Amino acid sequence: MINLFARDDPLGLRWALADRLLPLLVGAMSFIAALAVAGCLAAASLAGQWQGDGASALTIQIPDPQAAAAIGPGSRLTAVLGLLGGAPGIAATRPLSAEEINALLTPWLGADAGALGLPVPAIITANWTGAGPPDAVAAALARVAPGTLLSSGTLWAARVAALTGSLQTCAAAVLIIVAGIAAAIIAIATRAGLAQRREEVVIIHSLGALDADIAGRFADRATRLAGVGGVAGTLVALPVLLWLAALAAPFAGPAQASGLPHLSAALWAVLPFLPISAALIGWGTAQITVRGWLRGLA
Amino acid sequence: MVSFDGVWLSYGNLARPDSAAADSVLSDVSFEIQDGGFRWLTGPSGAGKTSLLRLIYLGGRPSRGRVELLGLDPERLRARERAMLRRRIGVVYQDFRLLGHLSAYENVALPMRLAHRPEAKIKADATEILHWVGLGAKLDSLPGALSGGEQQRIAIARAVVGRPKLLVADEPTGNLDDEQAERLMMLITALNRLGTTVVIGTHNLGLVARHPAPRFELAAGRLTRHD
Repeated sequence: MINLFARDDPLGLRWALADRLLPLLVGAMSFIAALAVAGCLAAASLAGQWQGDGASALTIQIPDPQAAAAIGPGSRLTAVLGLLGGAPGIAATRPLSAEEINALLTPWLGADAGALGLPVPAIITANWTGAGPPDAVAAALARVAPGTLLSSGTLWAARVAALTGSLQTCAAAVLIIVAGIAAAIIAIATRAGLAQRREEVVIIHSLGALDADIAGRFADRATRLAGVGGVAGTLVALPVLLWLAALAAPFAGPAQASGLPHLSAALWAVLPFLPISAALIGWGTAQITVRGWLRGLA
Repeated sequence: MVSFDGVWLSYGNLARPDSAAADSVLSDVSFEIQDGGFRWLTGPSGAGKTSLLRLIYLGGRPSRGRVELLGLDPERLRARERAMLRRRIGVVYQDFRLLGHLSAYENVALPMRLAHRPEAKIKADATEILHWVGLGAKLDSLPGALSGGEQQRIAIARAVVGRPKLLVADEPTGNLDDEQAERLMMLITALNRLGTTVVIGTHNLGLVARHPAPRFELAAGRLTRHD
């Protein structure tokens, strides 16, 4: 912007474009936008974590593990371990020890579950690194040890992905609506400012001011007010975000489950863009509004 | 050159011939003023003087006909070019149109600021012209604190400070006493001698008689005299 009105404010805009209401309303929009962005990022982060943990984990239960395998020599357990050891996409195969199985049963059967003589299946954990569900592995296991159960987290991971996607879509819709409302607020405020300072604008225009000069003056003021509102709204949102982070900490993994609540690096990186976006919306909306209004002058 | 060719100005529907004449503020006005010319524009109240002057200072667009200002057809100009043309036209409005929150000095400096003149030149020229119109002691006064005559002198100073190619004045002496009016006419005459084309709308026939020059006369929107 040229230094056209450096020494003064010939349009008297300091008396126009409500300097309290506009930042307040834009601040409210920024507050909502901050929550939407945080929700979007948190959903993505939690989904990524849950999908990573859950989708790759395989649990194989082999009833009657010491019985003879249906195919080949040895027990069913040995046959399953052998098959898993050579299967593509299977990693970190580990049979649980009797103590570990007893520990799993303890909540239901008590500390001496092992002494009850119940037929307890062998349990093997593994990681699935292949693409898609491990249906072929399950079929192969059923052939060598009929009745073997293979549980994978892929179904849950798919559901979490769908939920995350819908949450992110909602957040994006909220952001678009908030940006639209902010633009509408600024457009209304700018038109009110034009109506209030119509006489001055017409005089300056008749003296040869360029449309760009006049629109620039309004845009500068709208940018400043919207930017202030954006900063205020984002700052007010911070304690709320920290409180929400504290509520979500138990679901966010062991790193976040202890100590003070904190926000993700991605959120810290995105938050400064909210006031910047508010300021840009202010600038663009004021430019469009004023230039359109000026086109109506002779 | 300022040229009007078959200019109509109407707030009605010129496509309907039966309503056009009745609604017209200006009807079939044609004239030419060569560069450096001087014209009085006279006529009774409501004759259309102010409307005609508005068309000359780009305050409106004709409903029909062609206007040429300083060799340019405003209708063919883009917004930026129209703004540049406005900067070459000084206007003294009947209602002054000063910016009430700016001092006398800042009001006069404004056209030069718009034209990106150096600040030192703005200060020298604005101060000089305000002294010339007798307001040297009121540079910092707001228009609201000044009399009607003083406000009119600020408006005149603002119109001439940029040494415009075309000066359009609508009743520029309406609030001035005889002495101030004569000083203003000296200023305008000097500008005209330096090459500024001047058009002054007035109903003060005494002033016209004291400063003989070609005259247009309007009556009911029609040019009835064209020297």
